[in-house]
Amino acid sequence: MLFFLEVIVHHMRFRSTGRRFRLIFGCLLLLVIFPVEQHLAAQYVPLISGGASFLTNTNGGLTSYSAPLIEPLVAVPIGQHLLFESREFVQESASPRESPQSYQTHIFSGVTYLQMDYLVTRKLTFVAGKYLVPFATYNERLSPIWISNFQDGPLIATIGIMNGAGTGGMIRGSLLSTPKLSVDYAAYLSANVTTSQFESSHSTGGRIDVFFPASRLEIGTSYGRLFQGVNSNASGFHVWWQPRSIPLSIRSEYAHGQHSHGYWIETAYRLSQWNGPDSWLGRLEPVFRMQQTFRNSPGSDGLPGVDTQRADFALDYHLPHEVRINTSYARQFSSTGDRNVWETGIVYRFLFPAWKGK
Amino acid sequence: MKFWMRFMVGVLPLSGLMMIAQTSQSLSASNAKAKTTAQSAKPNAPNAVQQDPGERKFQANCGRCHTAPEQLPTSITGTVVRHMRVRASLSAQDEQDILRFLAP
Repeated sequence: MLFFLEVIVHHMRFRSTGRRFRLIFGCLLLLVIFPVEQHLAAQYVPLISGGASFLTNTNGGLTSYSAPLIEPLVAVPIGQHLLFESREFVQESASPRESPQSYQTHIFSGVTYLQMDYLVTRKLTFVAGKYLVPFATYNERLSPIWISNFQDGPLIATIGIMNGAGTGGMIRGSLLSTPKLSVDYAAYLSANVTTSQFESSHSTGGRIDVFFPASRLEIGTSYGRLFQGVNSNASGFHVWWQPRSIPLSIRSEYAHGQHSHGYWIETAYRLSQWNGPDSWLGRLEPVFRMQQTFRNSPGSDGLPGVDTQRADFALDYHLPHEVRINTSYARQFSSTGDRNVWETGIVYRFLFPAWKGK
Repeated sequence: MKFWMRFMVGVLPLSGLMMIAQTSQSLSASNAKAKTTAQSAKPNAPNAVQQDPGERKFQANCGRCHTAPEQLPTSITGTVVRHMRVRASLSAQDEQDILRFLAP
């Protein structure tokens, strides 16, 4: 970049005033675009990340496939304060028709989020564009296929997140950060948008988290308000705990919506304490999830139409090179009938620079 | 037949993607050091008693949701941490500590 600046300065001697101003403006623009490296080893090359998976789901005896499901993510830092990021999904789904031994396939694709982040300070970050609604924790933090321990999200996942994404603005940051306590917040305002790939509802809401670093305990509460149709409120709270000394994580959430409410509790324990995380046993991670939903009144909120209980058991195996095999069995109980849900899948997480760095 | 043809069409780009990612990662000279660093950054690592500030902050923030990548090229560590600054509301000092841990 210094070489180009020298060339520009050399040419400035022989250019008119108007062209000098344009060259000065170009130099300033280059300084903004090319980030100043604050750490000599680390660089800020744009990255391409995400997950690719092949998934099967047998629900009540009917098997469907997501083959493949690809969720690419792009992150592009701009200057010292800006970050452009976007995540999309491409999925080919095969589901059984009514006639036996016949499948219908559909291809789905879309933009999960597309946002520009401006980091003002630790206490304040502006987010603009299409963003994941920060209600509870699953939608924003656990929904990516390479992160979630289960193929299915929890039954209450749709409470409070409206369409899953908002279009508008969000502010987030850290209200307080000490060695003993950390308080983070996120608040958003979304407009009613009907444009394809950017559909969203007129809504507002937010989340506050309190994290205790010593005990690795996190407690949070969320709120959402929908200003369309039947204006409705949603609220929830979550508790996460990851003991420091053992590879165990316990996550739980409760959410209450206009027509239903429910909770889920998930525990995951990676068997890495005996021979390390790279041993054949250490790569194994049993996961258990218990969840219940309660229907207060009829409504199309994405939850089961009747009170439902479900227990999920999973065995995830972390292969080398960012490949994970997910297998799970769930038993679902409801007044409309009990059923078994078998799910298997293989997920590959990829992460590489958009181009070779220095 | 159509389903399996489309299945193979899906497999081919996935295989290409994996090959590209593997080639990109194997060319980076700093991957070996980043791999060693990243493997020690497993969340809830039993030997987390003696930790530098960057590793501790990585586990306390990033490790709450996901494990560290096995290999992290230094060319993108800054981008990764910038992304985490937004998600986990990290400070500029946290960013520098985590960068020193991921890309020493």
